[in-house]
Amino acid sequence: MALEAKNITEKSKWHEITEGNQIWEPATSKHFNTGEWAKDQPVFIEEKCTQCLLCTPVCPDSAIPVKDMKRLDFDYDHCKGCGICVKACPFSAITMEGVK
Amino acid sequence: MAKRERLSGNEAAAIALRQINPDVFPAFPITPSTEIPEYFSKFVADGLVDTEFIPVESEHSSMSAALGAEAAGARSLTATSSCGMALMWEELYVAASDRLPLMLALVNRALSGPININCDHSDSMGARDAGWIQLYAESNQEVYDNFVMAYRIAEHKDVRLPIMVCQDGFITSHAVQNMELLEDEEVKNFVGEYEPEHYLLNSKESMAVGPYGVSNYYMESKYAQVVAMENAKKVAVDVMNEFSKMSGRQYGLFEEYRLEDAEYAIVLIGSAAGTAKDAIDRFREEGKKVGLLKIRFFRPFPGEEIAKALSKVKAIGLMDRAESFSTQGGPVGSETLAALHRAGNTAKTIEYMYGLGGRDIKVEDFWKVFDELEEATETGNNPSGYRYIGLRE
Amino acid sequence: MIEIRWHGRGGQGAKTAAMLLADVAFFTGKYVQAFPEYGPERMGAPVTVYNRIDDKNIRVHSNIYQPDYSIVVDESLLEVVDVTAGLKQSGAVIVNTSKSKEEIIPHLHGYEGELYTIDARKVSMETLGKYFPNTPMLAAVVKVTKAVDEETFLKEMEVSFKKKFATKPEVIEGNLAALRMALKEVQ
Repeated sequence: MALEAKNITEKSKWHEITEGNQIWEPATSKHFNTGEWAKDQPVFIEEKCTQCLLCTPVCPDSAIPVKDMKRLDFDYDHCKGCGICVKACPFSAITMEGVK
Repeated sequence: MAKRERLSGNEAAAIALRQINPDVFPAFPITPSTEIPEYFSKFVADGLVDTEFIPVESEHSSMSAALGAEAAGARSLTATSSCGMALMWEELYVAASDRLPLMLALVNRALSGPININCDHSDSMGARDAGWIQLYAESNQEVYDNFVMAYRIAEHKDVRLPIMVCQDGFITSHAVQNMELLEDEEVKNFVGEYEPEHYLLNSKESMAVGPYGVSNYYMESKYAQVVAMENAKKVAVDVMNEFSKMSGRQYGLFEEYRLEDAEYAIVLIGSAAGTAKDAIDRFREEGKKVGLLKIRFFRPFPGEEIAKALSKVKAIGLMDRAESFSTQGGPVGSETLAALHRAGNTAKTIEYMYGLGGRDIKVEDFWKVFDELEEATETGNNPSGYRYIGLRE
Repeated sequence: MIEIRWHGRGGQGAKTAAMLLADVAFFTGKYVQAFPEYGPERMGAPVTVYNRIDDKNIRVHSNIYQPDYSIVVDESLLEVVDVTAGLKQSGAVIVNTSKSKEEIIPHLHGYEGELYTIDARKVSMETLGKYFPNTPMLAAVVKVTKAVDEETFLKEMEVSFKKKFATKPEVIEGNLAALRMALKEVQ
């Protein structure tokens, strides 16, 4: 019997893997802690942030969560540290110094 | 009530498809399969089916569109022959590994070169390792019946593999013969609706098809396909038994003809079986104990069952209609030999090649095969090498 | 079983004639086969088409090498094809020609069975105003082989023509006249 995608690992037996490796749930990338791959990660300086939200759409990993039209701190489980958000921020509210 | 008819194999296939009324049929023409989408598109134009018929620009596209539609949740198929199938090569494997139970109406034709439009099995035999179920037919009746049964086998939850329904180019596809058709309602009820558990157009479930499989997953995926193929044997037998109750025509994974007391047997696939049966009947009249094993399912290969059916014969002619260049015979030969060896069967065998590129095989050719099998047995000499039938030497 | 081999040229309708013969025999309850020998299709090139007609199911799928009847739709083929090859001595060859039998015999490679002739061009021109050899040849085959009773043949062909020429009803009578005339003309 096939497992749910989040429980399928490189230790799963052949009959625990879905038929045709199909994935029958959405957003399974959440189960992968790809933030672990980052060499550097950005820091959010909240007091400089004007909540212009220019950083959010440019993040390739959707690692800048937004709630009630305000961005929150980084989702470090999924931020790979590419630094695109740093370039996008007009207010120097993001730096690549400090973490890792 | 069965309806008596006389149809070509391609007409029979198209009519079966009309009765099945599949959801999506992308197609690109190639001889000798062209008539199937041709007849079918007329049914579409006449409003006799609800099928989305898609004329595409190549066979690469027809198979891509068919497997995409199948993943979306539609019962799909395409048709082709020879080089058309060669152009589908990549998608054949994708359809099987993504576990999409679509159908391919394959009208067997030799692969180039030399370029040739006539029958041999080099197209489907080349794709025998692609992961598709392969079903072959002797006559137009069998072509029709195979089409009616195919989706039931492919779509079964224990199988979910694509199925290739093969017939011999021109020999059955373009020859008119007597046959019986089932009523439209009977076919509709037998085949039923396609209700996949998971499909892309299901608004209630998100789904991904065909993800990357790194080395740590690839072998497990392949083994799952092998198990599904093994399951297909039992499912096929069940479907064939159910079909028999409706039609009165009983089929198996293979057919045994006068084999129960045979001393000499031949193993082959397709339309040549009909000619072989006539040859066997005439040989039997002379008191010779000869018989035939006609393979219907080459994938899954019913090796254990075939070895059992051949357990009492003295010598076997393994007859192929596709060259494999192993220099030891063709695929029927090597697969059957492997099955015999595993079963500890040490009957003498001679591997034969026949009918390449549409070369005719006659009743008399089979007599020669049986004579050679008898001679090999009586002299005790091990037959060496394999032999071409009807070759100018 | 009756086995028939047709020799024609691409475009003359030998295949259609063989299919029609199979149809008619089928409707009288027979088991039939009709199949051409396929290759590159070229107008005017020699083509071979086969019929088998039997009272029981036909399983054999090979070409026909010892036919009961050989039908020569185009006289010029006598020069290029051995139309009597393998032909049973108990059978017959039917040739579309305006010539006498004496003139045809030398072209038959010593064949000793029956020879029938029919001037399909004359029949076709008189009844249809155009040269379609296959319709008169089909009637000649029915007459000689007795594969189907003549009355039934004409009745079935009328049904078949009505279906085939639904959009051109004016040619139905001409075709039927061609069949009737050919049944008388074959000798």
